[in-house]
Amino acid sequence: MADQNLVENDEPLLVAKSLSKSFGRIKACRDVSFSLYPGEVLAIVGESGSGKSTLLQMLSGQLAPSGGHVSYRMRDGVTRDLTTLGEAERRFLFRTDWGFVHQDPAQGLRMAVSAGANVGERLMAVGWNHYGRIRETASDWLTRVEIDIARIDDAPRTYSGGMRQRLQIARNLVTEPRLVFMDEPTGGLDVSVQARLLDLVRSLVAELHLAVIIVTHDLAVARLLSHRVMVMKGGRVIETGLTDQVLDDPREPYTQLLVSSILPP
Amino acid sequence: MTAMIDVADAQKTFTMHLQGGIELPVVSGVTFHVNPGECVVLSGPSGAGKSSILKMIFGNYRCDSGRIGIRHRGAVVDLAAAEPRQVLNIRRATIGYVSQFLRAVPRVATIDVVAEPLIVNGMSRTDAQARAGELLHRLNIPERLWQLPPATFSGGEQQRVNIARGFISDLPILLLDEPTASLDAANRAVVVELVAEKKRQGVAMVAIVHDDEIRHLIADRIVDVTSFAAAA
Repeated sequence: MADQNLVENDEPLLVAKSLSKSFGRIKACRDVSFSLYPGEVLAIVGESGSGKSTLLQMLSGQLAPSGGHVSYRMRDGVTRDLTTLGEAERRFLFRTDWGFVHQDPAQGLRMAVSAGANVGERLMAVGWNHYGRIRETASDWLTRVEIDIARIDDAPRTYSGGMRQRLQIARNLVTEPRLVFMDEPTGGLDVSVQARLLDLVRSLVAELHLAVIIVTHDLAVARLLSHRVMVMKGGRVIETGLTDQVLDDPREPYTQLLVSSILPP
Repeated sequence: MTAMIDVADAQKTFTMHLQGGIELPVVSGVTFHVNPGECVVLSGPSGAGKSSILKMIFGNYRCDSGRIGIRHRGAVVDLAAAEPRQVLNIRRATIGYVSQFLRAVPRVATIDVVAEPLIVNGMSRTDAQARAGELLHRLNIPERLWQLPPATFSGGEQQRVNIARGFISDLPILLLDEPTASLDAANRAVVVELVAEKKRQGVAMVAIVHDDEIRHLIADRIVDVTSFAAAA
């Protein structure tokens, strides 16, 4: 992974402290703590039901934790506790400094409006109002995610799965966020399409100095994109460390099982 | 002289939880140092733990105990106890690793695969590509292949791309895991030359080389790994 993103001696962008979430008697997430630095890519791995999506929802302020808290260093340098943000502030953060790439592009896109409008909408939400400039920036981003400009006026429902996912990425990155959450971004794609998307994400992350929290059950995705991994099981983080360390020298029984379950290429 | 690498009493055991928790002792009491401009070759039969030691120095394998002292930006850091971010910084600025196999990213052109370590450290793409081209020339990778991703290359070609990528940057420490394994005589000679140049620049190297002739040509000192055999 391109690690020019990492600068020594800087401050964390996001800090999670003792995050927990219970749904009735079920403890979906227990006592998760970590710090994420600018430009750092953290993969959260584990199988379905391990609590990784619940954790992502709490980290991105979409789900209130039962215990613990998440703080985020805003663009003005002030660190805020996410639970103290008002709804409007939280939405603004989501439209500007954060991105969220869903597994299903239909959740992150407006399927019936044009691709150009999907990208342009984020810009208008932060106050852009010059149609020509919005369209120019939107076409620029479509090119960056390798979508033919001739398709700018088509709605994403006419796009293939891989194109939709690339469009979702363009929509998220157009406001130059510092932190992007990704939930199984390659989940529904064919293997060949996955490789292209991963390569694209990898270069954009490096170029834009993005911090990313990516949830995936695919260890190959974690290896290609992330600097660090957290392995989750039963709502707990059972192992964490440098990605290649955890994948090449796994210590916990469950991590060894995950690693040994990868089919050789 | 201050050593670039100072390994003290490092130990590594694998616990195989899926095989009933068998303990596989790999090495223990690993102690040696490497000075600037010196190439230390690890010797010993297959399975003695040579690659594991190299991986411990790179921070790829964790140590159970002991210390991996690395001179990084003028200070000594214990890599065995370093935070992930620090390990990544040490790899970017201090330690390079030439593995036996190229782990290529799909779709990235050979010239960029080789140039990447320089770009990461702030060199312009044009300059980095020029240096990458020089090295690829020396390692006899024809120019018509430079724009192609190395995934489809032969084993020997991939290894040479990997060597070019490993030798391109000006890192003060280089770890070489059988850099000449699938090369012909001409290309082996190029690698020997590259190692000699690195020595002149003061780079500290640790190498694993099975070929006796090459070992003789590059080694300043030999560390016998069998003496670190873990008591099973």
